[in-house]
Amino acid sequence: MLSTLLLDISFAIMGAGIGAGLVAIGAGLGIGRIGGSAMEAIARQPEAAGKIQGAMLIIAALIEVAALFGLVICLLISFKA
Amino acid sequence: MTVTFKEFQPRYALRIIYISAFFTLFANVQVWAEEDVKEEINAGDQILHHVLDDHIWHFFDGHYGTLYLPVIVYSQERGLDVFSSSRFYDEHHNVVPYNGYLLEHGHVVLEGDTGFVLDLSITKNVFSLFILAVLLILIFRAVAKGYEKNEGRAPSGIQSFLEPVILYIRDEVVKPNIAHNHEKYLPFLLTLFFFIFIGNLIGLTPGAANLTGNIAVTMVLAIFTFIITNVNGTRKYWGHIFNPPGIPLPIKPLLVLVEFIGLFTKPISLMVRLFVAITAGHIVMLSLITLIFIFQSYYVGIGSTLIVLFINTIELLVAGIQAYVFTMFSALYIGLSTEQDH
Repeated sequence: MLSTLLLDISFAIMGAGIGAGLVAIGAGLGIGRIGGSAMEAIARQPEAAGKIQGAMLIIAALIEVAALFGLVICLLISFKA
Repeated sequence: MTVTFKEFQPRYALRIIYISAFFTLFANVQVWAEEDVKEEINAGDQILHHVLDDHIWHFFDGHYGTLYLPVIVYSQERGLDVFSSSRFYDEHHNVVPYNGYLLEHGHVVLEGDTGFVLDLSITKNVFSLFILAVLLILIFRAVAKGYEKNEGRAPSGIQSFLEPVILYIRDEVVKPNIAHNHEKYLPFLLTLFFFIFIGNLIGLTPGAANLTGNIAVTMVLAIFTFIITNVNGTRKYWGHIFNPPGIPLPIKPLLVLVEFIGLFTKPISLMVRLFVAITAGHIVMLSLITLIFIFQSYYVGIGSTLIVLFINTIELLVAGIQAYVFTMFSALYIGLSTEQDH
């Protein structure tokens, strides 16, 4: 029974690791798309660069919060296990 | 064209030195080292201990390094009890029970678990909140005095430093979102912004408490926004929630339910966003520093410090952005609820 208990805990830690990786992929995809659209928009209209940059930074922060949420949960799993 | 000695301005070098020195201020994230170094470092506990609230404020090891904050507990059985939290710790820093109270996982409980204890202690976060409040009062009294003194003239001193920020919040965040009577909500939103911004920055200094990353603090801020949006809701606002126009009758109950739940998801999202952003930033930095303790090598120390410096800079940005986002969403919700009929 002890071995099955240890097996469960190791699955939990593995899940946490895979989760952290997926979170990074999600954040990368999201912020990459924002960055891409921002680059395109600045290329179309260079004089609006300041406003576009400001909006991009704010939306990147919102996406980053979602990513960090997943990261915190994965860290909690790996620390509690 | 060669650079002559006259063109070389020493003040640029000085500026670079000042800025680098400023950044080294933030490189000092403190981690409580175990007394026996051979012992296995429990990374999880150490990191969580630095992010959570505590009854003592530990600055550095040694006799004078810990600030023992007062414990104020009230229970039905024992009444009100006020004592220093140093009573809970003996010389070897083990937790001992005192006077029928026990410190279990950071919570004060009655020995024998016999009843409910109302813990009103001045903990690390409460003390940090007091410091933040005093700081805000000092800064903004100085700004207000500046406006009195410079009546009709150009701003000077700290007034000139904060005026662009205040005007930016008023003109780019509050006015576009709140169409009707925005002056009424301006004090609240400005206070919200500066409380969160300066609170975030204070949390990044060495040895600081994780104030704005405490879910209780963000919950209170979100509750303030919730109360202000709903008390000032117009008839049209409440009408849209409980009697959405243009919806066929069978779907109406479902939509009313969804709208009612939507009333609460907005402050909950505000609360969780700020809490996660700040706490996760602290956990990432603490994890990188704890790596040094795990590997116990100089090379890891150098690499980790550089990465932590970089992430600290990002955290400075996040401090400002999260304050801005919280204020912007609060202004948006207030604006949505106070929308007048044209």
